Amino acid sequence: MNPLKWAFVEPFYKLIIGEDRKGQVNLLVKSIGLPIAGLLAFLIIWQGVSSHIHTSLGQFPGPVQTYQQFVALSDEADAAAEKEAAFYQRQEERNAARMAKDPNYEPRVRDYVGPPTFFDQIWRSLVTVMSGFVLASIIAIPIGIVIGLSSNAYAAFNPLIQIFKPVSPLAWLPLVTMVVSAVYVSDDPMFDKAFLNSMFTVLLCCLWPTIINTAAGVATVTQDLKNVSQVLNLSWWTHVRKIVLPCSIPMMFTGLRISLGIAWMVLIAAEMLAQNPGLGKFVWDEFQNGSSDSLGRIMVAVLVIGVVGFVLDRGMLTIQRLVSWDKSVALR
Amino acid sequence: MSESHLELTRVGIEFPTPKGPFRALTDVNLKIEQGEFISLIGHSGCGKSTVLNIVAGLYQATEGGVLLDGKEVNSPGPERAVVFQNHSLLPWLTAYENVELAVDQVFKKTKSAAEKKEWIEYNLKLVHMDHAMHKRPDEISGGMKQRVGIARALAMQPEIMLMDEPFGALDALTRAHLQDSLMEIQKDLNNTVIMITHDVDEAVLLSDRIVMMTNGPAATIGEILKVDLPHPRDRLALADDPTYNHYRSEVLRFLYEKQRKVEH
Repeated sequence: MNPLKWAFVEPFYKLIIGEDRKGQVNLLVKSIGLPIAGLLAFLIIWQGVSSHIHTSLGQFPGPVQTYQQFVALSDEADAAAEKEAAFYQRQEERNAARMAKDPNYEPRVRDYVGPPTFFDQIWRSLVTVMSGFVLASIIAIPIGIVIGLSSNAYAAFNPLIQIFKPVSPLAWLPLVTMVVSAVYVSDDPMFDKAFLNSMFTVLLCCLWPTIINTAAGVATVTQDLKNVSQVLNLSWWTHVRKIVLPCSIPMMFTGLRISLGIAWMVLIAAEMLAQNPGLGKFVWDEFQNGSSDSLGRIMVAVLVIGVVGFVLDRGMLTIQRLVSWDKSVALR
Repeated sequence: MSESHLELTRVGIEFPTPKGPFRALTDVNLKIEQGEFISLIGHSGCGKSTVLNIVAGLYQATEGGVLLDGKEVNSPGPERAVVFQNHSLLPWLTAYENVELAVDQVFKKTKSAAEKKEWIEYNLKLVHMDHAMHKRPDEISGGMKQRVGIARALAMQPEIMLMDEPFGALDALTRAHLQDSLMEIQKDLNNTVIMITHDVDEAVLLSDRIVMMTNGPAATIGEILKVDLPHPRDRLALADDPTYNHYRSEVLRFLYEKQRKVEH
């Protein structure tokens, strides 16, 4: 049995069979009760404070208004989905009717174009952040390994990394935008330019933490293991595969998690700044819209951004646990 | 002129330090025959490990050189297998996979997959680790890890086994047990072994010759003691043996009278 799977059930089970009741109650209070208490305290303070803040767009949204806006956004998305389904149905019927009249008629299929719903924007941001992150990792991990293995390569690359690391990727955004529109010229583009702009901005900010941490992880290979590799006459590639990679995985994942965390924050800002579709644009549009619902909707977006960021980080931890040999790595 | 299996001729080494070069070894001369068991003994810091690392090819001697079967040694290689002090197993591989890494490397072209598997299992059985060969190093005891380290070295079928205080970190009972295993294996396979130790009993019990080193810096070989006891040796029978105790006191006298370590 996998103890991880059952750890959650264990205290309940022990409570039922009456083993160490006091200890189990303490455990449950700590693992479930305290987080709920913290959440409740936050909701109460939020409600209390928000009722005292009056803006030009009305009262600052409390938990209740925020929840109502979330429901409204879900309803809008459902309505849009219905509209889309209805559009395709009408189109099909129309084409079928014309085909019946005239067998030579070539049916024309048009895509449904409607404004993106809130959930479309979430999806769009997720796809963008993951593409930029994966691409950056594919570039950064090999560079980190080479730099970590060779002190010469480290000496050559380190100044560049130190200079580019502190640059906010948003400073790159105008350059990225201009370069993409100048270089990516195609009649039938596979990706739209806004997507590429956001993705390259994410990519630029994901490179540095991954490179630096991978290189640091490679440096944790002990002299003992290097000696083993030398005595065995392992080839460079086998050495990297069998010794360097497993050894550097914990640090590598630290870098990847930092990268993904920064990437998610940067992406939202980039979407706001460049009006590229995604959650950032949603926030900005609502702000410009300035209706009495806007602040509530922005609050929904804020919470969703937080939850998505949290889920992304947990996802990385899960992957780390799958690929790392050291299964004792703590979930933090 | 008869050629020895392994020959160290006027070996010396200097390490660069910020305060100028540090001379660790000077004028080390030693000839070792096939199948001999040699112990290197001396106080800590006397350069025992440096000698071993030079033979392994991990360090380059600044003067003199090492010949193995008439060929100069200047880089590490699997024909000079090393058993490291702290086992140096890869923690992410099981005992089997650790040995497999060595076997795959040495018998890449000469053994089929089935032969390799058989050879790995044979070597793990030799060190009595066949029951736990699919466990990872963090799941087995220190003595078992060292056994796997020895199996990995044996599986390379080396010309010479270099052992750097292989039992130093183990408790007395486990150590005795592993010493007996090692004696048995060495008798069966007739390996040439150079072992570093600080344990006088271990040196006398296992060795054909004990090489005693002077204190550093600029350490060198002080005396070589030939241990003329018949094999197989039994630690209980030898405990009261006058010849054994004579050898023992010879080594002790060298270490604690002639080369008394001056503590600063």
